[in-house]
Amino acid sequence: MLSIKNLHANIEGKEILKGINLEVNAGEVHAIMGPNGSGKSSLASVLAGRENYEVTEGEVWLDGKNLLDMKPEERAREGVFLAFQYPVEIPGVSNINFLRTALSEIRIHRNLPPLSAKEFLKMTKEKQELVEFEAKLANRSLNQGFSGGEKKRNEVFQLAMLDPKLSILDETDSGLDIDALRIVSNGINKLRSADNAFVLITHYQRLLEYIVPDFVHVLYNGQIVRSGTKELALELEEKGYDWLKEELQGQESINTK
Amino acid sequence: MMEKDDMMLDELANKEYEFGFVTDIDMDISEVGLNEDTVRFISAKKNEPQWLLDWRMKGFKAFQKQEMPQWQNFKMPDIDFQSISYYAAPKKQAKYASLDEVDPELLRTFEKLGIPMSEQKQLAGVAVDVVFDSVSVSTTYKEHLNEMGIIFCSISEAVKNHPELVQKYLGTVVPHTDNTFASLNTAVFSDGSFVYIPKGVRCPMELSTYFRINAENTGQFERTLIIADEDSYVSYLEGCTAPMRDENQLHAAVVELIALKGAEIKYSTVQNWYPGDKDGKGGIFNFVTKRGACRGDHSKISWTQVETGSAITWKYPSLILQGDHSSGEFYSVAVTNNMQIADTGTKIHHIGANTKSRIISKGISAGRGQNSYRGLVQMGSKAKNARNFTQCDSLLIGDQCGAHTFPYIESKNNTATIEHEATTSKIGEDQVFYLNQRGIDAEQAIALIVNGYAKEVLNQLPMEFAVEAQKLLSLTLEGSVG
Ligand SMILES: Nc1ncnc2c1ncn2[C@@H]1O[C@H](COP(=O)(O)OP(=O)(O)OP(=O)(O)O)[C@@H](O)[C@H]1O
Ligand SMILES: [Mg+2]
Repeated sequence: MLSIKNLHANIEGKEILKGINLEVNAGEVHAIMGPNGSGKSSLASVLAGRENYEVTEGEVWLDGKNLLDMKPEERAREGVFLAFQYPVEIPGVSNINFLRTALSEIRIHRNLPPLSAKEFLKMTKEKQELVEFEAKLANRSLNQGFSGGEKKRNEVFQLAMLDPKLSILDETDSGLDIDALRIVSNGINKLRSADNAFVLITHYQRLLEYIVPDFVHVLYNGQIVRSGTKELALELEEKGYDWLKEELQGQESINTK
Repeated sequence: MMEKDDMMLDELANKEYEFGFVTDIDMDISEVGLNEDTVRFISAKKNEPQWLLDWRMKGFKAFQKQEMPQWQNFKMPDIDFQSISYYAAPKKQAKYASLDEVDPELLRTFEKLGIPMSEQKQLAGVAVDVVFDSVSVSTTYKEHLNEMGIIFCSISEAVKNHPELVQKYLGTVVPHTDNTFASLNTAVFSDGSFVYIPKGVRCPMELSTYFRINAENTGQFERTLIIADEDSYVSYLEGCTAPMRDENQLHAAVVELIALKGAEIKYSTVQNWYPGDKDGKGGIFNFVTKRGACRGDHSKISWTQVETGSAITWKYPSLILQGDHSSGEFYSVAVTNNMQIADTGTKIHHIGANTKSRIISKGISAGRGQNSYRGLVQMGSKAKNARNFTQCDSLLIGDQCGAHTFPYIESKNNTATIEHEATTSKIGEDQVFYLNQRGIDAEQAIALIVNGYAKEVLNQLPMEFAVEAQKLLSLTLEGSVG
């Protein structure tokens, strides 16, 4: 589904992504871990098309289409969804109106007929229940005055509504209380299918107990330096990143000799 | 981001006024120039009584003595008052019983405006009095209103049929000496609307007038007078559109509102006069004097305005809170794009005891637009326990525009409370990106964000108008991304 080849990207002239390679197939869940500042959110941003990142090298394909050629809204309509690490507040714009606009754009793109107000409300209700999102939040202004955890849950509610192919969740688990983490994870498990894929960016092995990944990758200094299965996450939880860094530095000094 | 910005800004810059067209209807136009004879010509054309001509003359004399105002936050353009024609009336002056009789050209004009009369007529609860250039063309729902004793007609008709009411109230809120533009209006006002709501009557529908400037080189000098007698209620809507012209056109209207004991007036405006092109060529100079007097105890007036058009807007709908426990509100959204200038706000004079006022102003600037909020809150010595709350917010789109606030407070009463809040923000690139990421393109994203920002004001508008205003906001800002 998603194919990232040797992706390099700069921000303000500084190289942040330094040759990322990643293949994600339909039906899979990938976890991306890595120390602060290693480039995880940057990768998500580049995939979503944030314009302050400049792609200097490499390719990204989504089901045979060149993602890097598309505007952010086109990528979204093609089925890329980013649950933001820091969702923004948009005062005065009702959550529901916003979702209605978004969904109708996406449906037009997918050649689906527009939903009537009634159908839309029915769907809203179903998805709210699926991810256990409070109806009163759905009717408020978009993220305005939401708590950190409420914002994260709103991202997952939107995900459920927009039914993307590829969902990238950037630390959606951080800020959630213990119950919310379980609820949100359950919701995501229910949304999983053979046709969609998830990329979970996280610092915590705990999330991966609920949503079991097929692969775990470690992003360090703009590169995927290690890939494995869920055991890798356990190992990181136990030992931290230092051993990896040391190993890598060792390799580097060998390489430069 | 840079690249897209440039592209969008470019698009914005090339965005043309959608309502720019000239309707070809036979006009009856006075010669250009302004002197006592012009004033007599207008008065004679309208078969006015002597007292009205005398009053016009007083206005003209005041106008001759006055200087142009100098305190506004922009350079006053040179307006050559002698190069303007002060009277234009469609030749076909007959009143029409049905739409079929109205000049089809005129109907097409309304269709281009997106306010087809045929549809308006069906819009239940809205009676529309159309002021096309200077003379009212068609008034609907009149009979129903008549039965309730409500008078809703052009001011010329009111002069003929209800001279005692006009004479009693005209010029009592905005005197003929008020300011250059008000004096000019007094001398040469063409037509406008008149509303009288009798004691205890609640007007059952929104009263609505669409103004429109049509003839080339014709200044528009509307005069509106609304009187709500004791314990009555009325909601009045004013909308306007001007065709595209290269030269600048002057619009100097006067609106007077009078609320007697226990009465309430809601006055809403959506202003989308031609703003000029992207380089600031052409466009309407909109110099308007609007003032409401809460004369009686427990009376209430609220102004709601959505200002999206004009090259220059100079407008401060004000309130005189005379009656004890009277209250006033001012809700405003002003948008400036390209080279537009808006200097707008309000003045609220608290005179009676326990008077209350609320000011909510939302300025939006894009392109190289300049937006100033100017407000005065005055607490008189008898305004015991008076209260004011002011919130004025500015939103910037792009970095070539400007937002300014000039709040003034004068209090002669230490029991009065005045609260003021102000914010300035930019449309965040991250907000636009968030919406993009959900499949919404930049233009729609801006529209959503701006409408959300202005919501508190738009909510004050009656339903049909709120929808129109939302569209106008989006239209005015099309292509602007910050
Ligand atoms: N606008 C920017 N200007 C300069 N540097 C930036 C900018 N945005 C991100 N960076 C830098 O890019 C690097 C990668 O940041 P990124 O947010 O991708 O890290 P992350 O892996 O998501 O970290 P965390 O785990 O803390 O969320 C960091 O060093 C960060 O400071
Ligand atoms: Mg991050």
